[in-house]
Amino acid sequence: MNETTENIIEVRDLVVRYGNRAVLDGVSFDVRRGEVFVILGGSGCGKSTLLRNLAGLMRPHSGTIRINGEDFTAMSDSRRIEVSKRLGMCFQGSALFNSLSIGDNVALPLREHTRLEESTIEIMTKIKLELVGLGGFQDYLPSALSGGMKKRAGLARAMAMDPEIILYDEPSAGLDPIVAAGLDQLIRKMQSTFNLTSVVVTHEMESVKLIADRVCMLKAGRVVGLGSLDDLHASDHPFVQQFFDRRPDEESGDESAYLKSLTGAP
Amino acid sequence: MALQLSQTEVDGLIVIQPDGEIDLYSSPNLRKAILVAVQSARSEVRVDLSRVGYMDSSGVATLVEGLQGCGKNQKTFSLLQPSPAVMKVLQLARLDSVFEIREA
Repeated sequence: MNETTENIIEVRDLVVRYGNRAVLDGVSFDVRRGEVFVILGGSGCGKSTLLRNLAGLMRPHSGTIRINGEDFTAMSDSRRIEVSKRLGMCFQGSALFNSLSIGDNVALPLREHTRLEESTIEIMTKIKLELVGLGGFQDYLPSALSGGMKKRAGLARAMAMDPEIILYDEPSAGLDPIVAAGLDQLIRKMQSTFNLTSVVVTHEMESVKLIADRVCMLKAGRVVGLGSLDDLHASDHPFVQQFFDRRPDEESGDESAYLKSLTGAP
Repeated sequence: MALQLSQTEVDGLIVIQPDGEIDLYSSPNLRKAILVAVQSARSEVRVDLSRVGYMDSSGVATLVEGLQGCGKNQKTFSLLQPSPAVMKVLQLARLDSVFEIREA
């Protein structure tokens, strides 16, 4: 596991609202350079929203995100684009361009943002596809690939620019256990080879056990646990215990409130 | 850390020595130096990677282009004393056995 303590990401008092509802409600944590940082939590707790804010795809209502010491939330658009080049985002739904081949999808950021020769870009693209187990698939269109292959192609594109940080939104969801294990191994290999920082949103506990240096657990937009997986297992927070014990929510016994919600009656 | 390039030539062998980090922004300079050397070397191009603290996939691709170029021109392309950081990247890309790697 990584031992450096330099922070590459610093999140402070982050608040994000959809309408009147605070999806993130004062979230603060640090991500250390070169670590695999996992964000855990139930559905709808704000994990993906948090990741989109880290990627610069959304602006928070308040609070700050510092990347390499720079305030990502307050910088100019041109500076944010520059900083974003050092971030790779692996989307839950792959987000590939359907009209482009897999190779062209991976090469796109390099063609748009660098002055590398086409011959260099082609070799880099093939290396990235090999790394995710898609060697030889560069000419295929996304529609010709399975969901798991698309996901891996999305990861190859996230890696295209050799970023300092990769943000993963549910990387293992929908993958068979062998491919998922290969992906976990790749995340670890890239960490040890490039000192790459990974921020991973996932539900897959088997994957968390293998990859996580530290874990942040969210509940209703707030941090309820932060530390190593062992630290969280030792936590006495009721939600953290419920999550690890895989216990369902208890049913509410308030029938009158339920009836009120159905009928709208006062 | 910016990339510095130096070069020596002895008996048809050109040795290129990059010093610093090989990334998306510096690798085009290394590529240019390697491709010129591929044309001008009589027998062999060698890239001394002992002073490279970081190399990304654009650096790996550049070395592959050097290997291709030498192959086409019946010349030898080799890597000299890759630093541990470089060696890890070559291993990750499964290219450590593709290149001729010299320790001295």
